[in-house]
Amino acid sequence: MTAAVFFGCTFIAFGPALALYIFTIASDPLRVIFLIAGKASEGLKSINPDDTVPSMRLLAYVSGLGFGIMSGVFSFVNTLSDSLGPGTVGIHGDSPQFFLNSAFMTLVVVLLHVFWGVVFFDGCEKKKWYIILIVFLTHLLVSAQTFLSPHYGINLLSAYIIMVLMGIWAFFVAGGSCRSLKLCLLCQDKDFLLFNQRSR
Amino acid sequence: MLTFMASDSEEEVCDERTSLMSAESPTPHSCQEGRRGPEDGEGATQWGNQDSEEDCEEDPDPYACSGTPGRPPGLEEELTLKYGAKHVIMLFVPVTLCMVVVVATIKSVRFYTEKNGQLIYTPFTEDTPSVGQRLLNSVLNTLIMISVIVVMTIFLVVLYKYRCYKFIHGWLIMSSLMLLFLFTYIYLGEVLKTYNVAMDYPTLFLTVWNFGAVGMVCIHWKGPLALQQAYLIMISALMALVFIKYLPEWSAWVILGAISVYDLVAVLCPKGPLRMLVETAQERNEPIFPALIYSSAMVWTVGMAKLDPSSQGALQLPYAPEMEDSYDSFGEPSHPEVLEPTLPGYPGEELEEEEERGVKLGLGDFIFYSVLVGKAAATGSGDWNTTLACFVAILIGLCLTLLLLAVFKKALPALPISITFGLIFYFSTDNLVRPFMDTLASHQLYI
Repeated sequence: MTAAVFFGCTFIAFGPALALYIFTIASDPLRVIFLIAGKASEGLKSINPDDTVPSMRLLAYVSGLGFGIMSGVFSFVNTLSDSLGPGTVGIHGDSPQFFLNSAFMTLVVVLLHVFWGVVFFDGCEKKKWYIILIVFLTHLLVSAQTFLSPHYGINLLSAYIIMVLMGIWAFFVAGGSCRSLKLCLLCQDKDFLLFNQRSR
Repeated sequence: MLTFMASDSEEEVCDERTSLMSAESPTPHSCQEGRRGPEDGEGATQWGNQDSEEDCEEDPDPYACSGTPGRPPGLEEELTLKYGAKHVIMLFVPVTLCMVVVVATIKSVRFYTEKNGQLIYTPFTEDTPSVGQRLLNSVLNTLIMISVIVVMTIFLVVLYKYRCYKFIHGWLIMSSLMLLFLFTYIYLGEVLKTYNVAMDYPTLFLTVWNFGAVGMVCIHWKGPLALQQAYLIMISALMALVFIKYLPEWSAWVILGAISVYDLVAVLCPKGPLRMLVETAQERNEPIFPALIYSSAMVWTVGMAKLDPSSQGALQLPYAPEMEDSYDSFGEPSHPEVLEPTLPGYPGEELEEEEERGVKLGLGDFIFYSVLVGKAAATGSGDWNTTLACFVAILIGLCLTLLLLAVFKKALPALPISITFGLIFYFSTDNLVRPFMDTLASHQLYI
């Protein structure tokens, strides 16, 4: 187990979460703190009167990301630290892809937490209890699937499928639409990050 | 001790340099320095080295200068919240950095986890046959350590009250010398040994000399703010490493708990030594030992004048605040520039007097936070979950303390909440969460 495995697995597992953090939260930490302190509207007006009031969706996203990162870190960091040490993976007949599988599984768990957060908050706000039930059941499903541990293929594949579905759902719940997605991808949306960093 | 300087009106003379409080709001500053333990060779370890026990117990008491009279209350609250939030961020970074340095050192350099004697302040050994005896010894060690700290604090307050400034300056300079030269030399030696890097004595001398000399200048005189902050973080980390190495296990945890209680008492009780120190400094319009406090922002004032210490008395401070005083040597960076424009919606304020005030946290806070996290990283199974849990707990505690600071606007101890959370998280994670997560990770189960 080498440094390459260590860094590779670290970036696989935490790269997207770190990118999300850097691009959406780190540049505007005050907004996040205000959200959490619960004084969103007045507080932000004092900073920038033109800024939009952060919504419950932003809080949902931030809390989902936070939960995801903590969950991923707690699951994976000891494994990562072991990967720096000496050893041979799978010497007793286990799969040699132990680290890669753990890394990809951690990634999917982190992203799932983000999407679950968004969807869950929306369900709570609109008081649609079936949404909460679905979030709960999919979480249970993904976790139960990990019992299939040596059979990485089916486990990872279905986890990623669930993640993509949840991602699409969270996207529409957060207010996205096919039109806004197109504008975003073509960098034509004035409000979007890539068009103008400030006006979000 | 956490000091929060509200960056607002001109009557606000609390800035990071001075401990002046405006006449309207004479809130006491609890000074860290009050808890300076014995330093400069007063302590000799049983191990035999002249280990200068610099108990930089900067009291982690956040103290806030409030006092923005004449502002609409809504604006006041918003500004408080805004600057409170900024201060949270301004403090998260240095506290995190200090903890990262300590944990990185603990995990890589064997020296700081090897048991090699104990300090003279914790004379009872923990190598006892029975658990009860061990517990008793650790409690006794704690009592001795805390009494030493209390005695030193009172000694410092007495010195301050009777204006023995030269003695105090000498004490501070001696302790910084010890940290910046001796402890750095030892640290560098151990790091080089760990990585098997050879360094000849001339190079070593040059390196340590430069590091130490620049450090002394930055901390006690003038220097770029970032450099001063970096040096303060480094000396806090060095001190924390010394504690981690020489405090026996159970004693360390009990001492952490006891120090938080002492901090609470010393800062909040009317006759607490730190509170008295702060009030004395307040009466005299003097800064409180800036060398032992981490400041997150700089005071940029225009038109600084020399304040003759004998011409105190006036609680009405003129509009151009006198910042320089005889404690110039304490290295407050004094760049006479305007830093930030006035706050919006307050047209009456004169721009050039606007000061970017920050929040101040005592170095003792840094040290004890790092001791907690470092001990979590050093002991037991070397589990990362425990270390991370303690780290998060301390940051949450710091956040809550800053929130309280913004609400109460007075000096508050920064240790109790963080250390309490840290201790709770350490013991519960190490005993409950760790075995569970280990099993999950080894079978690749995810919850």
